Amino acid sequence: MKGLRIAIAAAAVAAWYQPLLAASDPPPGAASCSGCHSTGTTAFSISRLYGRDAEDITKAMAGFRDGSLPATVMNRIAKGFTDEESRAIAAWLAAQK
Amino acid sequence: MGISHRISRRDFCRVGAAAAATAALPLPAFAQAAARVVVIGGGFGGASCARALKQIDPKLQVTLVEQSRTFTACPFSNNVVAGLRSIEQQQFGYDKIAASGVTVVVQAATAVDATARTVGLADGTSLPYDRLVLSPGIDLRFDVLQGYDEAAAAKMPHAWKAGEQTLLLRKQLEAMDDGGLVVVAAPANPYRCPPGPYERACLIAYYLKTKKPRSKLLILDAKDTFSKQRLFQNAWKELYPGMVEWVSLSQGGKVNGVDAATNTLITDFGNHTAQVANVIPPQRAGRIAMIAGATDKTGWCAIDPVTFESKSAPNIHVIGDACLAGSMPKSAFTANSQAKVCAHAIAALLSGRSPAAPKLINTCYSLAAPDYGISIAGVYQPKNGLLADVEGAGGVSPLDVPRDFRAREAHYAQTWFATITAEVFG
Repeated sequence: MKGLRIAIAAAAVAAWYQPLLAASDPPPGAASCSGCHSTGTTAFSISRLYGRDAEDITKAMAGFRDGSLPATVMNRIAKGFTDEESRAIAAWLAAQK
Repeated sequence: MGISHRISRRDFCRVGAAAAATAALPLPAFAQAAARVVVIGGGFGGASCARALKQIDPKLQVTLVEQSRTFTACPFSNNVVAGLRSIEQQQFGYDKIAASGVTVVVQAATAVDATARTVGLADGTSLPYDRLVLSPGIDLRFDVLQGYDEAAAAKMPHAWKAGEQTLLLRKQLEAMDDGGLVVVAAPANPYRCPPGPYERACLIAYYLKTKKPRSKLLILDAKDTFSKQRLFQNAWKELYPGMVEWVSLSQGGKVNGVDAATNTLITDFGNHTAQVANVIPPQRAGRIAMIAGATDKTGWCAIDPVTFESKSAPNIHVIGDACLAGSMPKSAFTANSQAKVCAHAIAALLSGRSPAAPKLINTCYSLAAPDYGISIAGVYQPKNGLLADVEGAGGVSPLDVPRDFRAREAHYAQTWFATITAEVFG
């Protein structure tokens, strides 16, 4: 019972938090992403980041940073951000539609 | 909202009435009125900023002032020079920006009164603002290279603002006989698009190799080093052996003047008479920035690295090529990055919040051939009043990679252009 109440409360917090996060100022660096990563519906080959899973984006940034993921330019860009900054950017991008 | 050549009489009366009401009412009422932001310049910086402002706060009254109905983009215009692309593919209109709620005024801005906070337009009307954004791009300096004035540019094109000049350079290359000498004169820093002259040399060489293989291309440079230098030099050797020669500053490459009558470029070390001469002169911020009091003795605009507010003209923000942004190069990507950061900062300032320190990214692709791309990237943050490189980040494409890596970067270059122009104008 208690577990369920916590789960409901957590879901409520998340539901309340998502639109707020979506409308909040982008964390440092996040506004630049859309220079290459389309925010529209047109299918370009550089991946769309809005609405993507935050954990996926964070992991990709970590992979680009440590060289475990192949890249042309994202390795050079990812090195400009800490894990914490990447997580904030990922959460904000995930909250965008 | 539509695009108008001038502000309609009704709008103008409304603005006048609002201003009068503002003056008559106590401060709290003023705080409730929708804030007015005027953006001058409809390129990658200004158009992005106007659109971002409206998106961040739909209540803002955002006006974009631009004298041309059609924007002609510089990135990829070297492909037009080389006959690989049409000028129409470089051109974008403002209809979608107007449809997003931005008032687009197709007129030249001729005056700025920083005290009264008004922008004067060519037709004599004026626009009041709470915050003004200047994104005027560059003016070419016709007072530095002896003999290189606007009349000379009609014979020896700069092609550094895309449009007629781009097409003129292309026509001259098409008209040239095989075996001719093409000269590209590159300026000292800072200037619009640091790798641009060298990408242009590559794509002209691509055209010559295909159509006029006995021709030569000479780059006369006012610098000893340049952006993506090793990558470009390797590409010249690999793709255009014996065709491209670079003369650095210390080898006598600096052009001091021209003789347009004979198509001659004059250096301290001698004269070069070209069949086609592309003279890229020194530059400064677009004229309206000087009129607004936002330029310093360099001719560019010093700005606060968090808000992009001018260091000399309060309530006026400068973005894009016109501003001195520390380590950030003058590129379309930079202008777009700065525009979005500036829009968020202005929205924060107008609602009484102080903007957080940003980070900005630049990515800039150049083509050494249609299927051979190279890039430079950087991440920047405010430091000691400037935008400084985040250490350990950024840099250029690797030197030793297989050709499919270059092909992928060429593809990404195309994709970048499609994406950014869709974000700004689509």
